[in-house]
Amino acid sequence: MSALSGQSARDVRARLPITDARAMSVVAPVVFGAALLGLWQLAVVALDIDAYVVPAPSDIWSELAANHATILDGALSTGRNALLGMLAGALVGVLAAVLSSAVRVIDQMAVPVVAALSVVPIVALAPVLYTLYGAAVDTARILVAALSVTIPVYLNTLRGLRQVSAVHRDLMTAYAAGPLQVARSVTLPTATPYVFTGLRIASSLAVISALIAEYFGGPIGGLGKSITSAASSSNYPLAYAYVVGAIGLGLAFYVVTLLVELWFSRHRST
Amino acid sequence: MRAMTSAAIQVTGVHRVFTRKKDQVVALDDVDLTVGAGEFVSLIGPSGCGKSTLLRLVADLDAPTSGSIQVFGKPARQARLDQDYGIAFQQAGLLPWRTVSGNIELPLALHGYPKADRRSRAAELLELVGLSDFAQHHPDQLSGGMQQRVAIARALAERPRLLLMDEPFGALDEMTRERMQNELVRICAETGAAVLFVTHSIPEAVFLSDRVVVMSPRPGRIVDVVAVQAGGLGPSQDRTDAVRDAESFFHSVARVRELLHGAPAPGARGVEAR
Amino acid sequence: MTGSTTLTRRVRQLCLGLLGVLLLAALWDLYKAFGPEAGVTVGEQTLVLPRTTDLAMPHTWEMLQRLTEPVTSARDAPSALSAVLDASGFTLGIAARGWLIGVVVGLVLALLMSRFRTAESALLPWVVLSQTVPLIAIAPLVRRWGSALSFGGFEWTSEHSVSVIAAYLAFFPVAVGALRGLKSPDRTHVDLMTAYGVGWWRSLVSLRLPSSVPFLLPALRLSAASAVIGTVVAEVSISLRGGIGRMVVEFAQSAGGDPAKAWAPIFGAVLVGLVAAGAVGLLGLALRPFALTEPVR
Ligand SMILES: Nc1ncnc2c1ncn2[C@@H]1O[C@H](COP(=O)(O)OP(=O)(O)OP(=O)(O)O)[C@@H](O)[C@H]1O
Ligand SMILES: [Mg+2]
Repeated sequence: MSALSGQSARDVRARLPITDARAMSVVAPVVFGAALLGLWQLAVVALDIDAYVVPAPSDIWSELAANHATILDGALSTGRNALLGMLAGALVGVLAAVLSSAVRVIDQMAVPVVAALSVVPIVALAPVLYTLYGAAVDTARILVAALSVTIPVYLNTLRGLRQVSAVHRDLMTAYAAGPLQVARSVTLPTATPYVFTGLRIASSLAVISALIAEYFGGPIGGLGKSITSAASSSNYPLAYAYVVGAIGLGLAFYVVTLLVELWFSRHRST
Repeated sequence: MRAMTSAAIQVTGVHRVFTRKKDQVVALDDVDLTVGAGEFVSLIGPSGCGKSTLLRLVADLDAPTSGSIQVFGKPARQARLDQDYGIAFQQAGLLPWRTVSGNIELPLALHGYPKADRRSRAAELLELVGLSDFAQHHPDQLSGGMQQRVAIARALAERPRLLLMDEPFGALDEMTRERMQNELVRICAETGAAVLFVTHSIPEAVFLSDRVVVMSPRPGRIVDVVAVQAGGLGPSQDRTDAVRDAESFFHSVARVRELLHGAPAPGARGVEAR
Repeated sequence: MTGSTTLTRRVRQLCLGLLGVLLLAALWDLYKAFGPEAGVTVGEQTLVLPRTTDLAMPHTWEMLQRLTEPVTSARDAPSALSAVLDASGFTLGIAARGWLIGVVVGLVLALLMSRFRTAESALLPWVVLSQTVPLIAIAPLVRRWGSALSFGGFEWTSEHSVSVIAAYLAFFPVAVGALRGLKSPDRTHVDLMTAYGVGWWRSLVSLRLPSSVPFLLPALRLSAASAVIGTVVAEVSISLRGGIGRMVVEFAQSAGGDPAKAWAPIFGAVLVGLVAAGAVGLLGLALRPFALTEPVR
């Protein structure tokens, strides 16, 4: 009897925190963000801070509203480079990882190049890439985005390809499965969520890299160029409106890749 | 015991020594074992006595250091390539990204059966293990016991003449376990498959088997073999729940327990095994 | 494994790594020799492979040779190599300070978030969001705020600004990695601590911190690389002279007549990154006893 009531009490308690946590995980960050914005607005108004130092959120908002079309254009231009770079980088990263996991020698030969690429600021390559490809085309920017994606995708995919569990490997041996069959039915599906983890990690990096690459030259039209040109004409609220656009773009990339990652790892909790 | 031309499993003079750094572990020391066609043989013994190692050798997932292993009269490797056995591990080992039905179809797909045949066979097997309603579920939506049943269905998919099972019921609760044991008896009766079965449970071993092989660790050896069928329980295919209350059942259980617990001091063990 | 086999394995790895680099260089020069001058275009006008003219694409040996020549035509100009090394040292110093700040901030955030659930749900989304803010946006901001700061004998310089910006990138991997690490102990271990009646601090010291080490090591390495990236980008953004970042821009401007020169600071950037990652790797060796297992992800 008492055990029974204890059981149901535990049930209730076990259920409550979940709904609680769900609500919390939405409410808390929103409240925190709103408080931050409010404080910012208050500080700018109360202390009469110059827009040169930091513009008020309300000013940024009105610039955002007034220029939403051009900001969207800029986001599309930068987003296109980031997206193309991400696709190219992911493709190269996955293929290279498959090659490395299949041939040990290639894996070992790649070590110094991968190490160098993973520590070098990819955007520092932007100037030489502009020289290589010419400043008239977007290729240099796409490449900067691609390079910043390749390494995380390569490393994560390589790890994923090595995560095949011992039971699954035994199972495939027991079925006398050929190498291609093993790859298709076990190795690649195991690695897939890892590929998307790498992509998710790299997603906002791709946007930022494509954007910063604009800073080093190339054709006009992207968010990065717009930020610098607005700032150099001392229109700080507008510059910040573009920054908000950039944050939105980065966030969009992040959320989409996160959802894809969740989709591909939805059945992995056995 | 039945007369047979070609035994399902013939293990002769097998040693398996694992070398890790400087340590040497003798997992199996001079093991001989024969499993007849259609015969049910259980391996029982304390943890680390080499049961899984022996099973993996028969499945050609590992190679003996010395000695020979024949499956249906051919080398273990050839038997594996010919897909002469079905196997179930202690972990279910289902592919989490495939549905239950997709998991059962996996060996059939790998071996080139047409899609329609795969479908109908999977449905048949799901019926057998009582999971028809879960065909389109994914493994993470199933309990551990249900996953294990799917793994057993998968092992049966190609109607193998030999089943290798490593503690397949280890993760199940007692009730499900007994039900699965009854199911396994029925399946074996239907398919006439020989079974090499690893377990930690004495009653389970006795209930299921024609013979129970008792092993001892360090080095892994066969202590003795208890002939359950000859002890009066009848052929393993004919067992029902009534057997669990039979006198000869308790007798065999006691005999296996005696061999496991009452083994003489380690020094004398080698002598007893001969 | 005996010592000698480990040694041969090392040597083999070294040789293969060298071979990989040489292969890449050979590929570069082969393409330069046989690729079309205008580059390779796919579709209408998407240039996928670079132009191969001498002005656009230097030979690999020209890049190396350029390092030994004087930076500028000035009479007492040092060799490009020593200029790059100087700049690398400068950048490394700033990055190290940024890394330190970032690590401290990241650890504090992680502790806060692991202690209070509310803090985690309130902060974590913003921590993630913070990394989508382009550095070029916050760089001028930090400098302006910094220059308004001066207390005692302390004078805010552009170098400090760059360090702070580097920290802005460096804190992220630490915050996320340490949080995962602090939350990594098994439920059973946490329950055990509770059963022993151990308080939060004690269980932090004896359970959570040790089990966070395997997560922390890669996070620290990642954060070192981030600090270097942040430093280089910030140097460019606020035009701080003396480091690799500014050098990349300056040398690129002379690329018209001297294309090999633009590659010199890139070697410097790789060097700085490798040294930073290596230094953190050494730190990892000291923590090795705790890192019994690598994390699954
Ligand atoms: N791959 C391996 N490498 C090294 N030693 C091994 C390996 N596999 C098994 N062993 C050793 O061989 C011995 C027998 O192992 P095995 O797994 O066969 O035991 P088991 O009887 O199945 O035990 P359990 O009942 O716990 O499953 C053990 O001492 C084990 O440590
Ligand atoms: Mg075992």
